[in-house]
Amino acid sequence: MFFSAFSNLGQGFGVALQPMNLLYCFSGVLLGNIVGVLPGMGVLSTISILLPLTFAMKPVGAVLMIAGIYYGAQYGGAICSILLNLPTHPPHAVTCLDGFPMTQQGRGGAALGITMLASFVGASFGITEMIFFAPVLSQWALKFNSADIFSLMVLGLLAGSTLAKGSPLKGISMTLIGLLVGTIGTDVSTGMTRFTFGAPDLDDGVEIVALALGLFGLAEFLKSINRLEAVEARKAKIGFRDMRPTRAELKRAAFPIMRGTLIGAMCSLIPGTGPTIASFVAYAAEKKMSRTPERFGRGMIEGVAAPEAATHSSVQGDFIPTMSLGIPGDATMALLLGALVIQGITPGPMLISEHPDIFWGLIASFWIGNILLILLNVPLIGVWVRLLRLPYKYLYPSALFFICVGVYSTNNSMFEVSETIAIGLVGYLLVFLDFHPAPMLLGFILGPRLEESFRRAMELSGGHFSVFVTRPISAVFLGVASLVILLQVALLLLRPRSGISNVRRTLGSSTISVERAKPVPAERKT
Amino acid sequence: MLKLRRISNDAIRDLAGGLLLVLFGMFFAGFGLQYQLGTLAEMGPGFFPVMVGILLAIIGLSMFVTGLVRAGVQADGGLPFRMPDWRGWCCILAGMLCFVLMGERIGLLPATFCCVFVSALGDRTATLKGSLILAACIAIFGTAVFVYLLQIPLPAFRI
Repeated sequence: MFFSAFSNLGQGFGVALQPMNLLYCFSGVLLGNIVGVLPGMGVLSTISILLPLTFAMKPVGAVLMIAGIYYGAQYGGAICSILLNLPTHPPHAVTCLDGFPMTQQGRGGAALGITMLASFVGASFGITEMIFFAPVLSQWALKFNSADIFSLMVLGLLAGSTLAKGSPLKGISMTLIGLLVGTIGTDVSTGMTRFTFGAPDLDDGVEIVALALGLFGLAEFLKSINRLEAVEARKAKIGFRDMRPTRAELKRAAFPIMRGTLIGAMCSLIPGTGPTIASFVAYAAEKKMSRTPERFGRGMIEGVAAPEAATHSSVQGDFIPTMSLGIPGDATMALLLGALVIQGITPGPMLISEHPDIFWGLIASFWIGNILLILLNVPLIGVWVRLLRLPYKYLYPSALFFICVGVYSTNNSMFEVSETIAIGLVGYLLVFLDFHPAPMLLGFILGPRLEESFRRAMELSGGHFSVFVTRPISAVFLGVASLVILLQVALLLLRPRSGISNVRRTLGSSTISVERAKPVPAERKT
Repeated sequence: MLKLRRISNDAIRDLAGGLLLVLFGMFFAGFGLQYQLGTLAEMGPGFFPVMVGILLAIIGLSMFVTGLVRAGVQADGGLPFRMPDWRGWCCILAGMLCFVLMGERIGLLPATFCCVFVSALGDRTATLKGSLILAACIAIFGTAVFVYLLQIPLPAFRI
């Protein structure tokens, strides 16, 4: 078992280290970092804008590039949040709490260096976890029948939509809208077209790139234009020498990194508690353990190290269900899954046995991507800092062009560009009414498979709903799903405006102030 | 109108959001009924959308009711609305429409130029000169990369 994992991993490195593949991974990291660092570009928008670039490639290269983009985008977002206090990705909101004060004290470079180290350690742990757990999980998943798969997807959708951010009811409704949008187009089982209203362009359904760019690109711009506060980037003067943390800082960060990694790994095991919750828990834990909790929020290196490690270790852990079960935990994973499907690869129990080169190559490229990230960021940090000063008025028109041409080139269809406009308008309306559109993508991706497994399960049982509770595996999944709902209700009843719900409110808005998020972990003075 | 002003923003959000969800749900459920529903053991293409649509409408309805309750309890306040910036809005949408309408007819270069130029004017600090330069740069760069390097099937310029 152990040995086979290592030999497979060796094979994976063989794939990922081929010069062309290495180049793809490298350009992915570079592009992801460049776009991700731009103020106002979140991880989701970065990935969706860069996704069309990978469509013309062969599957292996494309997968490696996507992994690279993902890492680059995440680290780019971290730079933007630490130096400008502008978190565009929910987990980074916690990093800001101490990262930005460090920038104000002139230690922003060290915070970035520690972030890099923390993310490397966290990700490495998560990758190791993936090497050993993913094959086991997919072996087990081969035993699932359609009823089990349906219940598992229900659990995934519920957890992904209620625990992420915003009100749980709104999250669920977004998922349902995603499911409905997913039914547009040709029905797989009967070949009938649904909700196309005679437009042949819709026969293949709504294009995922159009949906993602409408929701996370266009709608974002419509929301932010002339509404984004000008940011002070003067303090953020950093050369690559500043990236090196002092020995004392390293020593202080070492244990928080390890604790954060473990917390992230644990959070990734509980369905639905993604990186956002992991980063918050890690921060709160550090503050409780610290001898000087009052100094948190004023530039403590521990407050940067622990949440970043937790985020990356939990994100890596989230790849396990995404790759081995085909069930993504959040919108980012759903987008990556959609990109793989476009490449003709369906993540799921069969992936490891059918495409071992892709699966193990991907794992190897995770590591390579992390190392490339460090190699790139140390010399290029000055460039990133200059990119941070790019005014929004130049950024969004250029990004709009990339959205147009990216959507067009996916299927060479101008119709899909107009689709993006329509989706963007709907997305804006939803954001305006305080809905978070991310779960919609999750529902959209899983919708067709959810419907298929539901129909097949009902067919096999002869039309009895009981099949979902009489099969033990399915019953367990549904049991956990109802626990998730009960937990939500309990949280809502017990403390409506404190604790986690408060954090969620703060993390829900894209920019948070340090003061508002501060009183979260309970004071512990005895 | 006078009565509306006394309702809190949170309540308005719930009322409008709930209504929107009900509309969404009813739309899909209603049109889904046109397709075959089938039986539980052998479902037709209409069953799933109708089921999900009804579920969505129920959630929307409960949100609407919450809004009504809130409107009665909370007098004022709540998170303020961020009203859209209409100039930026119109320019961004017009810019994208330019691309859609011009791309295939007169080529990527002019389409990109118009798309970037029109949308750049949406920023309140934008100048005519700056927008022109930005549009020209992106148009040349974009055409070079996408038409000549990546070879997407759009002409650079069609007379």
